[in-house]
Amino acid sequence: MSNWKLICKLDDIPQLGSRVVQRQSGGDIAIFRNAEDEVFALHDKCPHKAGPLSQGIVHGRKVTCPLHGWNIGLEDGHAVAPDVGSCGKFEVKVEAGDVYLLA
Amino acid sequence: MSKPRLVLIGNGMAGVRTVEELLKIKPDHYDITIFGAEPHPNYNRILLSPVLAGEMGVKDIILNELDWYAENKITLHTGKQIKTIDRVNRKVVAEDGTEEYYDRLLIATGSTPFMLPIPGNDLPGVIGYRDIKDTDEMIDAAARHKHAVVIGGGLLGLEAANGLKLRGMDVTVVHIGPWLLERQLDEVAGKMLQKSLEDKGLKFLLETQTEALIQGESGRVAAIRFKGGMQIPADLVVMAAGIRPNYTLAEKSGIYCNRGIVVNDTMQTYDPKVYAVGECVSHRGIAYGLVAPLFEQAKVAANHLAGYGIGRYTGSVTSTKLKVTGIDLFSAGDYMGGKDTEEIVLNDPHGGVYKKLVIKDNKLVGGVMYGDTADGPWYFQLLKDQRDIHDIRDSLIFGQNLVGDVGHAGNSKAAEMADSAEVCGCNGVTKGTIVQAIKAKGLFTLDEVKKHTKAASSCGSCAGLVEQILASTIGGAYTPAAVDSKPVCGCTDHSHKKVREAIFGQHLTSKEAVFKALEWKTPNGCDKCRPAVNYYLISSWPHEAKDDPQSRFINERAHANIQKDGTYSVVPRMWGGLTTPAELRAIADAAEKYKVPTVKVTGGQRIDLLGVKKEDLPAMWADLNAAGMVSGHAYGKSIRTVKTCVGAEHCRFGTQLAMSMGVKLEKMLFDMYAPHKVKLAVSGCPRNCAEAGIKDVGVIGVDSGYELYIGGNGGIKTEVAQFLCKVKSDEEVMEYSGAFLQLYREEGWYLERTCHYMDRVGLDTIKSKILEDEEGRKAYYARLLDSLKDAKDPWATSREEQPIKQFIPIKLEA
Ligand SMILES: Cc1cc2nc3c(=O)[nH]c(=O)nc-3n(C[C@H](O)[C@H](O)[C@H](O)COP(=O)(O)OP(=O)(O)OC[C@H]3O[C@@H](n4cnc5c(N)ncnc54)[C@H](O)[C@@H]3O)c2cc1C
Ligand code: HEM
Ligand code: SF4
Ligand code: FES
Repeated sequence: MSNWKLICKLDDIPQLGSRVVQRQSGGDIAIFRNAEDEVFALHDKCPHKAGPLSQGIVHGRKVTCPLHGWNIGLEDGHAVAPDVGSCGKFEVKVEAGDVYLLA
Repeated sequence: MSKPRLVLIGNGMAGVRTVEELLKIKPDHYDITIFGAEPHPNYNRILLSPVLAGEMGVKDIILNELDWYAENKITLHTGKQIKTIDRVNRKVVAEDGTEEYYDRLLIATGSTPFMLPIPGNDLPGVIGYRDIKDTDEMIDAAARHKHAVVIGGGLLGLEAANGLKLRGMDVTVVHIGPWLLERQLDEVAGKMLQKSLEDKGLKFLLETQTEALIQGESGRVAAIRFKGGMQIPADLVVMAAGIRPNYTLAEKSGIYCNRGIVVNDTMQTYDPKVYAVGECVSHRGIAYGLVAPLFEQAKVAANHLAGYGIGRYTGSVTSTKLKVTGIDLFSAGDYMGGKDTEEIVLNDPHGGVYKKLVIKDNKLVGGVMYGDTADGPWYFQLLKDQRDIHDIRDSLIFGQNLVGDVGHAGNSKAAEMADSAEVCGCNGVTKGTIVQAIKAKGLFTLDEVKKHTKAASSCGSCAGLVEQILASTIGGAYTPAAVDSKPVCGCTDHSHKKVREAIFGQHLTSKEAVFKALEWKTPNGCDKCRPAVNYYLISSWPHEAKDDPQSRFINERAHANIQKDGTYSVVPRMWGGLTTPAELRAIADAAEKYKVPTVKVTGGQRIDLLGVKKEDLPAMWADLNAAGMVSGHAYGKSIRTVKTCVGAEHCRFGTQLAMSMGVKLEKMLFDMYAPHKVKLAVSGCPRNCAEAGIKDVGVIGVDSGYELYIGGNGGIKTEVAQFLCKVKSDEEVMEYSGAFLQLYREEGWYLERTCHYMDRVGLDTIKSKILEDEEGRKAYYARLLDSLKDAKDPWATSREEQPIKQFIPIKLEA
C-alpha cells in the first residue's frame, strides 16, 4: 500500500534543482523544485535512454535531460514535442515546509 | 470590453506569417478575420514547383490546416475576394457582400503574373504561374497536350519548364535576354545553366520576342509567333515574364501606392490604421519577390500590430537558388560587379564548376556559383555579416573547407547526397528525414529543423550541411540570420551580443535582473540560455556576480562528467601532464576503495577514473585532495589541460623547457571558465610532439624563444591553429596567451570555441588588439589575472562551503 511519506524539507531541495529519492525497489525518484516553489516527482529515468532526469536543468515546468537534451514536462512526465515518450510521475505535496511523497 | 478587430486581406505566405508572429508575441489581443481569394488554407507557394514536377502533392504543401485557424479563433473566409476597402467606415466588403469592420487592417494581396500585352494573351491555354489553380491547369494540360512554351527565362519560368518537361511535354523557353537568369547570373554561369538544361531536353530561344499567340480550331491556343515571322506550335503557354505587385484594391481606396503599396520602416501605409506586407508592398522603392524578406517584414509588422513598437524593417539582401533537381546554382548580392569592385573567378568548364566572388573594400558584396554551391550559404553569411575578408582572401574562392574547416561540416554537397545518407551523426538523422520534415512541416529556419528532426541539435557540426539542405529544398526562401543578430534561444529575441552588452552596460549581476531588463519570454529561461547568461554574468563581473549552480550543466554542477549510465568520471589534474609516484599511489588507492571499474589515460595527459557513483564523489575527492591533487576540470567549459612534450629537460632536440612552461601556464589558468573548453599545448621544438597545432593556444619552442599559435581545434571540426607571433621569454608567453584568452572570454559567445570566435572576428582583429596595442594587451592580461586571483579547487570548496546535499540521496525505507 502506498501512503504519504515525509521526504525532506522544501529547503533541502535547491530552487530550480532536485534531489534523488532512492527506493528499495522500483528505481529512483527525482524530486524537483521550480522557481515558484512548486514541487514535482518523476521516475528518475528519461524516456529516451534512461538518463537521470534529477541531474538536468529545471526551467519553468520542465526539466532538460543531461544526456541528450530532451525536455520532459514536470507535471505529467511527458516528453515535449517533437520528442515522444513519457516517464512515470508520482504524487507529491508540500505542507508546512515539509515535502511528502505518495509512494 | 470587446477586443479590437484585425482584418487580413490575402490568406497567403506573408499575411499569415504576420498573424503567426503576432500570436506568438501577443495572443488574444485581437479578434482576427482573414479573407482569401483562393479556396485553400495558407499553403507554401514556393513548393508549387515540386508539385508541378510531380515530386510532391498539393496536400503536402499546406502550411496552416483549417484546424489551425479554428484553434486560434480566427474567422477564415476562403474563396472570398475583397472588392472594396471603406476607410471612412473602417470596413472591407467582399464580392459576395460579406462585410467586416476593422480597427487595424493588414493588406497582403501578393502579386499577379505579368501577362504580356500581345494579341491572344487571353486565349484558353494561356496562363501565368502563381497558384494551385495554375498548377492544376498545367498538370492537366500536360496530360492532354504536347507542346508547351514558357515565356521568360527567369527562376519561375525555368522551374515551370522543368516541371512540364518532367510531365512529358515538349518544352521551349522563350527569353528576351541574352542569357538565362540575367537578373541572378552573369553570362558564364547563365550559359552553363542553359547547357545542363538542354541536356535535360529543354529547348531555348534566346533574344527572341513574342509577337502573337494564335488560336487553333478548338478555340485553344495552338501556336506562338515571334518577331521576324518564326512560328512554333504551342498548346500551352505559360507567361513567366515577371510579376506585378497586386495593389489595385489598396489604390482604389485612396491609399498611396507607387508600384506597390508604399510603407514605411514599420510596414505602415499612409493610413496609420492600415499595414501592408508581402509582394504587394513597395518599401524604400523596392518590391520583394522572395519569401525571406517578406518574413522579415512580417516580424516587424507583427511587433507594431501588437503595440510594442520596437523593430524596423530596413530592407534585405537576397540570395537565390534554382529549385531544379540536379542543378546546383546559387547567387547573392551584387553578382555583376562594377567599376569599384574586384572579382575572384574560378572557371572549370570541363568539371562544370564556375564561381565568381565580387569584392568591394575587402568585403564580399556578391557572388555567383554554378555546379558547386556547397559554400553558398557560407559566402552569403560572410556577405551579410560584412566580414572583412582580407585575411582569408587567398583561399576564399576555394570555400570554407580550404579556409580552415576540414571536418564534415560542409564537405559533402547537399544537393547530391542520397536521401539515405546520414547528416547528423549524433542523432542518426538522414537527409531524407530532414527534407521530408522541411516539406511536410513547412520549416524555414535552422532552428525549426533542429526542433523537428533533432539534426544539428547535439554537437552542431552538421549545422552547415543542414543549412545547405534547407537552401536546396526551399530555395531563396532560406536566409541565414546575420550571426550577430541570431537570438540566443526561443526564450528571447536578443542575440548573444545584445545580452552581453546589456549585462556589461547596465551592470546587471543576476540572471533575474537580466531576464527582467531584457524582457525574457519565459520565467526562468531554459537549458540553452541560462548557462549562457550565467557565464556572461560571472565573466563580466567577476567577484561580484554570484555563480548560479542551477544554471550550469550537470557536469559543472557536480564537478565531474556524467556518463551514459548516470555514473560520473573523476579526473585529477596533472599539471603539464606531470605526476609523481605518490600521486599515482593515491589514485590507485582511490580506484580500489571506490571500486572504479575503468581506469584510463586520457587524451589530455592525465588519468580518468570512470564509473563512480555520485554519492561517492565527495569522499573520493577528499582522498585525492589529501594527496595534494585538485580537480582537472575535465567536465567544464573551462581550462582543461596544458599538454607538454618532454622538451629540453630531456629531449636531445629540445630548445625550450616545455614541461616547466606548460606547468606555469596551467597554474596561471587554473579554474578559468570560458565560453567553451580551452586546451593548450607546449612543445619544446618544431617537431611538435605535444601537437600544439590543434590547440586553442599552442606554444612551440624555437631556438630564440617561442612561437604562439591560436584558434586550433582537434575536435569535431579539425582546425589548424594560426600563427599569432613570436616571443622571447616565458613571461611573454604568459602575457600574450593570457591576453588572447581573456579577449576570447570577453568577446566569445557562449559555446563558441576559439576557432569559431576567430572565424567570426578575423585573425587581424585579434592581432590588432593583442599585438599592436601593448597597453590593451597588458590590460587584458591584468583582467585575466584579476578574475582568477581567488581561484579555488571546486572539489575542496564543494566540501567546505556549499551544502553537499546534491550528492546525498534520500533513502526511502520499506
Ligand atoms: C511557382 C513559384 C515558385 C516560387 N519559388 C520561390 C522560391 O524558391 N523562393 C522564394 O523565396 N520565393 C519563391 N516564390 C515567391 C513566393 O511564393 C512569394 O514571394 C510569396 O508567396 C509572396 O507572399 P505574399 O503573401 O506576398 O503573396 P501570396 O502568397 O501570393 O498571397 C497573397 C494572397 O492574397 C490573395 N488575395 C489577393 N487579392 C485579394 C483580395 N482582394 N481579397 C482576398 N484575397 C486576395 C491571393 O489570392 C493570395 O492567396 C515562388 C512563387 C511561385 C509562384
Ligand atoms: C509594352 C510591352 C512590354 C512591356 C511594358 C514589358 C515590360 C517588361 C518588364 C517591366 C519586365 C520585367 C519583369 C519583372 O520585373 O519581372 C519584362 C520582362 C520580360 N519581358 Fe517584357 N514587356 C513588354 C513586352 C514584351 C514582349 C513583347 C516580350 C516577348 C516577346 C517580352 C518578354 C519578356 C520576357 C521574356 C521577360 C522576362 C525576363 C525575365 O524573366 O528575367 N516583353 N517585360
Ligand atoms: S617537440 Fe621537440 S623537444 Fe619536444 S619531445 Fe618532440 S622533438 Fe623533443
Ligand atoms: S536519456 Fe534523456 S535525452 Fe537521452
